[in-house]
Amino acid sequence: MAQIELKEVSKRFGQTVAVNRLSLQVEAGAFLTLLGPSGCGKTTVLRMIAGLEVPDQGEIRINNKTVFSSAEGIFVAPAKRGVGLVFQSYALWPHMTVFGNVAFGLQIHGTGKQDIEDRVKTALAYMQLQGMERRYPQEMSGGQQQRVALARMLVTQPSIFLMDEPLSNLDAKLRMEMRGEIKRIHRESKATTVYVTHDQTEALTLSTNVAVMNHGVLQQLAPPQHLYRRPANLFVADFIGSPTINLIPGEIVQEGDSPLFKGEGLTFHCPPLKPFVGKKVIAALRPENITLSREQDEPCVRGEVYSVLPAGAEVIVQVKSEESMFSVREMGDLSLEAGDPVYLRPAIESMIFYNREDGILIYPADEP
Amino acid sequence: MSSKWRILYNRLKFNLAKPHIVIGIALVLLLTALVVIPFLQLVYDTAVWQEADRRISRTAEPGEWTLFHYKRVFSSPLSLNVFYRPLLHSLETSLAISFFAIILGAMMAWLVVRTDMPFKTLIGVFAAIPYVLPSYTLALAWLNFFKNERVGGAAGIYQFLFGVPTPDWLAYGFVPIVITLSLHYYPFTYLLLSGALVSVDAHLEESGEVLGANRWTILRRITFPIVLPALVSSFILTFSRALGTFGTPYFLGAPVRYFTLATTIYSNIVNRTPAMAYISALVLILISVLIIYGNQRVTGSKSFVTIAGKGFHHRLTPLGTWKYPAFLVAASVILLAVFVPLFLLIWQTLMLYPNDYSLGNLTLHYWIGKSTPAFAEGEPGILRNAQILGAAWNSVKLSVGVALLAGMLGIFIGYVVVKSKKTWLSPLLEQQSFLPYLIPSIAFGAIYLSLFTREIGPFPSLYGTFLLVMLVCLAKNLPFSARAGISSMLQVAGELEESAIMVGASWQRRFRKIILPLTLTGALSGFILTFIATMRELSLIILLVTPSTRTLTTMTFRYVEQGYSQFADAIIMLIVILVILGESIARKFGKGR
Repeated sequence: MAQIELKEVSKRFGQTVAVNRLSLQVEAGAFLTLLGPSGCGKTTVLRMIAGLEVPDQGEIRINNKTVFSSAEGIFVAPAKRGVGLVFQSYALWPHMTVFGNVAFGLQIHGTGKQDIEDRVKTALAYMQLQGMERRYPQEMSGGQQQRVALARMLVTQPSIFLMDEPLSNLDAKLRMEMRGEIKRIHRESKATTVYVTHDQTEALTLSTNVAVMNHGVLQQLAPPQHLYRRPANLFVADFIGSPTINLIPGEIVQEGDSPLFKGEGLTFHCPPLKPFVGKKVIAALRPENITLSREQDEPCVRGEVYSVLPAGAEVIVQVKSEESMFSVREMGDLSLEAGDPVYLRPAIESMIFYNREDGILIYPADEP
Repeated sequence: MSSKWRILYNRLKFNLAKPHIVIGIALVLLLTALVVIPFLQLVYDTAVWQEADRRISRTAEPGEWTLFHYKRVFSSPLSLNVFYRPLLHSLETSLAISFFAIILGAMMAWLVVRTDMPFKTLIGVFAAIPYVLPSYTLALAWLNFFKNERVGGAAGIYQFLFGVPTPDWLAYGFVPIVITLSLHYYPFTYLLLSGALVSVDAHLEESGEVLGANRWTILRRITFPIVLPALVSSFILTFSRALGTFGTPYFLGAPVRYFTLATTIYSNIVNRTPAMAYISALVLILISVLIIYGNQRVTGSKSFVTIAGKGFHHRLTPLGTWKYPAFLVAASVILLAVFVPLFLLIWQTLMLYPNDYSLGNLTLHYWIGKSTPAFAEGEPGILRNAQILGAAWNSVKLSVGVALLAGMLGIFIGYVVVKSKKTWLSPLLEQQSFLPYLIPSIAFGAIYLSLFTREIGPFPSLYGTFLLVMLVCLAKNLPFSARAGISSMLQVAGELEESAIMVGASWQRRFRKIILPLTLTGALSGFILTFIATMRELSLIILLVTPSTRTLTTMTFRYVEQGYSQFADAIIMLIVILVILGESIARKFGKGR
């Protein structure tokens, strides 16, 4: 059952279209990440779900209740939507103690004094902030402030958690730690979570589903692994993965009775591409799906090592072939140096193909 | 309903439910009434016959359109004396004052921030004080020292010391106006530039040094361009202040018939030719606007931009053998701008007979003396003088009231400007609140005089009421309180408020519990600034006060005109004391929180 439902939601700010006819469903208990470059509209989507931004058009339903409808002129205030929100800046009130920050929402609801005390204590303990009630936010580290912000959201027990780039202000080590915390909170509370980030690693590690957005338009909504293996279009293919996916422009021609991919320096038979004969395409291949070899072996691309970037367990090798540059991910040590001649052997079976005209995936078909 | 109308209808419906939109619309209406309409009224009044014109023209038809006033100001036998000469005087004094004030201010800022001058903390504390004094304090002190017998009354110390009358050029006119106002206005440059110098990261200069640039090249190619916006702001601020100031040019210029536009506005009002005053006011506004926008064109978007990020460290320029001479120069600037004038004023208030500089002539009569027919037509000392105490009470009421209201208004304006960023409301309100900045003080007073001396619809004429004096001070101080409000709101009105929205706090509750506590500290500095500015305000209100609404500053003015410099000077001292008192109370209140 869908717990959050967006139907054809649009929002513009002046002349810019922030979100364009977006439809989206989030199942109960899911962890959906809105991912995209800055300015793609992901934060606006989150704020519209929260009720901090009023859409121009469309409909939003939360827990089977319409909270916004342009046709019916319905708008439900944020606090009545049963959602909790963690902000990018944490937005802790600097003139209140940790206790005051966490208790504020309960005080608004008129919760009894003793009850407030107990619930705040529990929430703080849950976030491992025991004994910090009397501190002020400025006296705490970034990680601790983030924990307070999470405790403040948890204490009112919303059925939906919304998080707007909550980890972007933390350093790499704390970010890892807090990722674990957020995953734990989601696992233990089973609350539906919508999470906004521009960091693909964060999106891939945390989510059950990822929605990739660009220019206010939803590009693809899929589980992380699927998103990585079968990007629905060239934008997603290029945006997801580091180093970025290798793109080889070419076309499909008929040779004898078998279709042939003819690209720059790379030609191979590929029977399943039969329906696309005569089309200009782009073949895409992840860096880990290429192996390097010193001997020639069909099909392969001849190139020259441009630069070698060791990164601990793996090595990224950039190889220049004619005009194009390939990234290759190799495990273990590699006795290669810049300038060495080398052959790239692509794993043909892992290749995916896009229509060059509209950038849409044509093969393999995107299974649901 | 078509979808386009549906969107518009929904927008209207949902926006009118947002507190900041509602408050914003109310503020736009308020500012329109306080600033825009008065300005339009002023323009209108210049182009129609006035009731008072019946005296000077037989064809006058009050209420009918006419170009009579414009012709009279710009191309009539009177023009040279009522317009062109004063215009020239306004421009030459304002330019000269800006020039010297910027040099003084820049020198003080550089010495305090960037050198190893001895006692620089002390100098830094005192350097901003002239700003606190009424702008004509130095003018009165100057008169005490240099006055000659031209205007009647006793001559100054100069004549007592040297036995010859002070030459006119030294006692009155261009030279003393430029000297006294440069010493008064240099703190603008000092404050803005030292702020900019502190925020210039030394790394920027060091990277120049690494590339082999010498100190002079670094100053010219790196430091100067970075602090240029601050210098431009200082120039605009000083120039427009100097243009609109009334007290000093009146005290020092009028005796030798050296009139500026500001003083002709005053005399035209007094002589009941208001339309001519309004035209001069329009010209003043026009010059200010041209200067401000001209500067913005030249410096582009760079103007008013402060350098982001704090410089982590500064290397101080060693002055070497110039250390002590530099200190002496800085100290004498402060001495001349603050201590010597205050000393002269105090001394003057203690002299029973003017021009008698012997110790035996010292008295407290003008402070606490009872009324005796022998002196000053029986006026008692200022601390026993009901009129002066009444004016003091008015001044305090006015300054505190205006500062509180302006601070509140600033917070609301800041809230709306920041919250409605993406709508037309935000830039409109910001520009409206900036408008009074373009209008020189005396012209602003003239505008209010023009509008509020009549009934407007159901509202009675406000002329002669305390409310009018408050309104004009409130409106004139808006640019500063709005700035203070916006900058303190920038940190508050975003996610900090939204996180309270998320838990369902009502707007009143958010305002009381989140917004107000977090902006109060920022608003306090705006409060103090407005308090000081209003306490020493003369140019703005001189046209508007009546005997029942007079303030200390307008009393000073009256006493100077009557030749009772002891009273005038004692009142200035009273103003200084009240300003210091008010400021320290406000600060204490700020710390106690």
